[in-house]
Order: sequence, then structure tokens, then C-alpha cells
Amino acid sequence: MVAQILFLVLTLAAIALFTVNLRKIIRNIRLGKPVDRKDQPQKRLMTMLRVAFGQSKMVVRPIPAFLHFFVYIGFVIINIEVLEIIIDGLFGTHRIFNGLGGLYNFLIGSFEILAFTVWGSCAIFLVRRNILKLKRFSGVEMKSWPKSDANYILITEILLMSAFLLMNAADAKLQLLGASHYVNAGAFPVSQYLINILPSSESALVILERSCWWFHIIGILAFLNYLPYSKHFHILFAFPNTYFSNLEPKGEFTNMASVTNEVKAMLDPSFVPAETEPGKFGAKDVTDLSWVNLMNAYTCTECGRCTSVCPANITGKLLSPRKIMMDTRDRITEVGQNIDKHGAEHQDGKSLLDDYISREEIWACTSCNACVEACPVNIDPLQIIMELRRFAVMEESQAPGSINAMMGNIENNQAPWKYSPADRFNWAQEN
Amino acid sequence: MAELMAAGEEPEILFWVGCAGSYDERAQKITRDICKILHHVGIKYAVLGTEESCTGDPAKRAGNEFLFQMQAMTNIEVLNAYNIKKIVTGCPHCFNTIKNEYPGLGGTYEVIHHTQLIQDLINEGKLKAEGGESFKGKKITYHDPCYLGRGNGIYEAPRKALEVLDAQLVEMKRCKSNGLCCGAGGAQMFKEPEKGNKDINVERIDEALQTNPQVIAAGCPFCMTMLSDGIKLKDKEQEVKVLDIAEITARANGL
Repeated sequence: MVAQILFLVLTLAAIALFTVNLRKIIRNIRLGKPVDRKDQPQKRLMTMLRVAFGQSKMVVRPIPAFLHFFVYIGFVIINIEVLEIIIDGLFGTHRIFNGLGGLYNFLIGSFEILAFTVWGSCAIFLVRRNILKLKRFSGVEMKSWPKSDANYILITEILLMSAFLLMNAADAKLQLLGASHYVNAGAFPVSQYLINILPSSESALVILERSCWWFHIIGILAFLNYLPYSKHFHILFAFPNTYFSNLEPKGEFTNMASVTNEVKAMLDPSFVPAETEPGKFGAKDVTDLSWVNLMNAYTCTECGRCTSVCPANITGKLLSPRKIMMDTRDRITEVGQNIDKHGAEHQDGKSLLDDYISREEIWACTSCNACVEACPVNIDPLQIIMELRRFAVMEESQAPGSINAMMGNIENNQAPWKYSPADRFNWAQEN
Repeated sequence: MAELMAAGEEPEILFWVGCAGSYDERAQKITRDICKILHHVGIKYAVLGTEESCTGDPAKRAGNEFLFQMQAMTNIEVLNAYNIKKIVTGCPHCFNTIKNEYPGLGGTYEVIHHTQLIQDLINEGKLKAEGGESFKGKKITYHDPCYLGRGNGIYEAPRKALEVLDAQLVEMKRCKSNGLCCGAGGAQMFKEPEKGNKDINVERIDEALQTNPQVIAAGCPFCMTMLSDGIKLKDKEQEVKVLDIAEITARANGL
């Protein structure tokens, strides 16, 4: 009974804490500017099913795609087991679903195989990160916390899967010993090999089984609450992020409606624009970005596929699209913490541009869309870079000198080079 | 265009030349070859001549939305005044801007890139590869312009235009949706690159040269500049030619 109450309290506390943190993240995302992404629901649903559920953009790199698929399927399916654990924990039952008979054995058997593949995949992932030191996992932005974050996630998953398998092995042995409470249920295709190394005394086995059971569920509850602080949040946000992703051609950049009004007024003095709130052009800080940009930042799992295909980054420039996303998340998190501590009006005098992302980074972008194409969950770093450029150019007039010259040429000669408009048709005369 | 208008006629298609196509010496050749192709197949086309002006693409990618929209609205006024319905252009940047970004500002046209036009003409049997220079068996590798490929998903049209040559088409390691930028996009064409350890066009040329091509095919005047500069830097101008798909098509047909 004590165990049941303890379980209930722990579960409720974990869910409550997670809800509080999730709501904070959603509040932070809502600090972003509005953008309509509710059109074409069917196409959006298909995009989500294909890209997030179907992992269609992972296949470009077959080895990690294969390993990631195991971890993903393991995560989704082993949650059925978590449901049983929760019911057992609340009602003091043991393997409540065993009434399913053959199906139950099939389920437990598959969970074991999945747990083993998750275990193996995570181990290989650790090797790729820490021993093979793949280039994609390094870079200026992958020091300290981001680096440990990745390792914590993998180690936790390995520990959780180990506890699950060890628990099953102890359970299986207790079933063989005919211990009371341990009903004959389940199939143990993986953990059967662990049986022999376990102690043979019933009381020791019960302690082992119970410890693993508690470790497993407490681990899951703790992991749930780790997510909001971690890059691993993508396991939840990949779905809304792909649903709300951009459906237009990648080459198309948004036309700013606020500018349209002013340009129309300039070209036609009789034009009276609809009253709009005066706002900033472009983005200096995260709150000038759209909510989709901010959701993108929370979804990023720092895999580095974007950075590894970025022409600027490949040729040694400072720009890294992954860093753009990580900086955006760090800054919006900071803005959110400021609101929690000092209220909504508080200004800390910092901004995304300059305090996090430098001018050198934003001007190195070729807008080639390789990063957008590469992202397995449809994150768009390019849009953030463009918004920062818009601020630098339209609010501050701070573009590199040669860019200013190019813009001056367009203004004066209607071409980015210093040629006379009268000469525009000369190509037809020469041969 | 003004002349056609005065004569009370309308063109089948407007050829949007673009700034590079108008002023850049290398790109002017491509412009003239596109005209030759249009003339060869008997399409009634027009150009705006001195009435054309920058689409605003480089200003927009540099972050100057004001200048972009000023350019866009002025151009849309001209295009709408001439009642233009269909546009072909030799520049993927002009193509992307007019096709995707003008409709929201009141300019809706059917816009195609010249490689799409060439593909259509080949499919209709109006254009072949005969009567001119033979590319048979030559090794050609095609460089995808970002604003044609990833930007608008056009990967097949330019390849189709090369397939009729009976040449040996080789793909670079990074091609199609994974293609590497030439380094000119996003207004980079008009500025010095940021500090790094290599220029992007050199990285791309190194990759292209790994396929041992005789021809590097391009479909964008900016890519043309970047790739040609790369080839010059590698001192390979004699062995490897950088040619636009329009130039290849015109040569193959003896135009």
C-alpha cells in the first residue's frame, strides 16, 4: 500500500512538473510574432506523417537512419509496457496485461528484442560521438552542455533498457522458482540469457526485480522532466514542427506586408494604408521572430546535418546553421527566465543579434537552402538569418560596404552593377 | 516589347533577360543563345529592353525588403501594362523571384526557366541535337543552381536537355537536392566572402573536377561566373569548358 501511494505521488509530481515546464515553453513560443500555418491541413498532416512518423528525411544517411529507427520504434512501442507499469504501480498488481495470453507473450518478447536493439544502437551512437569523433558532432557550438547532453541521453537510455531487461530476467527466474505473486507470463527471448548470472535466492531476486522496476519507472519519469531542458525534446516537438512547417517552395521568401504598405504609399500618394501597428523591420531579438522560428529552436536536436552541408561552414566560415538554432533556443529560454523572475516588462539589454549571433555569421550565408533541405524535422535556420539581415539593413543601415554599393546601384541604375540603364539592351547589338 | 505593342501584337512569351544577362559579358552570350533557340523554333517572343530592371532579388536576400518591393512593384506595373502572361528567363534568381514572390504583390505570370523551355521543346520534338557541334561521348557534369534545384525542385529539366546530346553525363558527389552552392547566392555575388579556409566556388570546382569532365554545365549566370573563376584559378580553361545549357543546346543545333 505504501508502495502504491509512493508510486502515485511520484507519478503525479513528475507529470505536474513536466506540465509546468511544457507550458512555459509554449508560453515562450507564443512570444513570437504571428504567422499563419493553419492552411492546407491535409497536406500538413501528410507532411507530418511522412517526415516525422515516417522519418523520410533520415534515409539520406542510411547508417544513423537505421540505428535511429530502432531507438524510435523502441521508444514508441515500449510505451505500451510503461502503461502496464503504471497500472501495476497504482493497483499493486503484477503484469496486469497477462490476461492477453499469447498476445502478451508476443508483446513482451518484442519489447525485449526492441530494448536490446535500442541498447545496441545507443551504444553505437556513443562510440560514434566519443570514440570515432564524427565531424558532424563537433564544432564551436558543440562544447560543454550540448556535448554532455547528448551523452546523458544515450547513457540514460542504455540504463533504462538494462533495467528493463534485468527486471525481466529476475522475473523469469522467479517464475521458474514458482514464487508467489510472480505469475507465469511473458516471453523472454533476450533476458533468458541473463538468468544464469542472477542470484538463486528468491529474496535476492525479488529485491533485484523490484529495484529494477522502480529504477525503470523513476528513470522514465525523471527523463520526461529532463526533456524540456534537453535537445532530446525533439521526440515530442518533431510532430508539431513538421505539421506547421513551410509548404511553399524553399526559394520563396516572405513578402513583408508592413513594407508593402509603405512602398504603395510611396509609389501612389493617394494610397491610404490600413492602420497597422508600427513595428520593427526584421529581428533583433527572439521576440521579433515568428512563433514557428521559436518552435524550430525547441525542436532542434543538434544533429548537425544542416551544418555539415552548409557551404559557408564547409569552407571554414564562422556560420553554422545548427548554432543559429541553438542560440535562438538559448536566448528564448533566457527571455522566458527573465519573465519568470522579473515580470514581462523586464529588459536585460541583451539581444539575439550581437549577443548570441554575430554579424559575421549572418553575412556568410548564401541562402542556398541546403540546411533547410537537410533537416530531418523541417527546421528552417535560413529564415532566422534573413530576419536578422532585415533588421541590420532596414533598421540600422548596417550592411557590409559592398552590399550597400550593390543596393545603391539598384536604386540608381536598376541593376546591381554600375551600368547605365540606357545600356541594358546593348547585348543585342554585340556579337 | 514596346515595338510589338505599337504594332498591336502580343508575344507568345516574354524573355526576361535579367541584369547579368544584360550587362555581364559572359552572360550576354547565353542571352543571345537563348534568343537563337527561340528564333530557331519559331516562338514569337519579346524582351523589355531598356524597360527591364532588376527584379530586386539581391536586395531581398541582403535584407532590403523596401528596395525589393520598390523594384518588384515597378516591374509588375510594366509587365501588367504589356499584358504579359508567360515569362521565360535565363536566371534562376529572376525565375524564383518573379514566379514565387511577385504574385503576392500583384504580378501573377506563368514563369519558366530556359532549361524548362528547352525540355518542353525537346519533348514536343521541336528541338533536337543535330546540325551542330557533336557532344557525343563527351563527359558533362551538371551543377544544380540552388534557386532552381532546392529552391523550386527543378532537377530534371536541365538534365533532360543534356540527355539528348548522347553525351556521358556524370553526377558530382553532391548533386540535385544535395547540390553544393557555387557561393554566389544570398547577395554573396556582390561582396567579398567572410573569413574562412577556402572559397566556396573552389570547393565546388574541386568536386566537379573529380568527375574529369570536358564540360561543366550550368544554368545560372552567377554560377557561371563562380565556376568560370574557379576553373581559371585551377588553370584548367583549356581542358574544361563551363557552358550554360542554352549554349550547349545552341551549339548542338548549329545555331
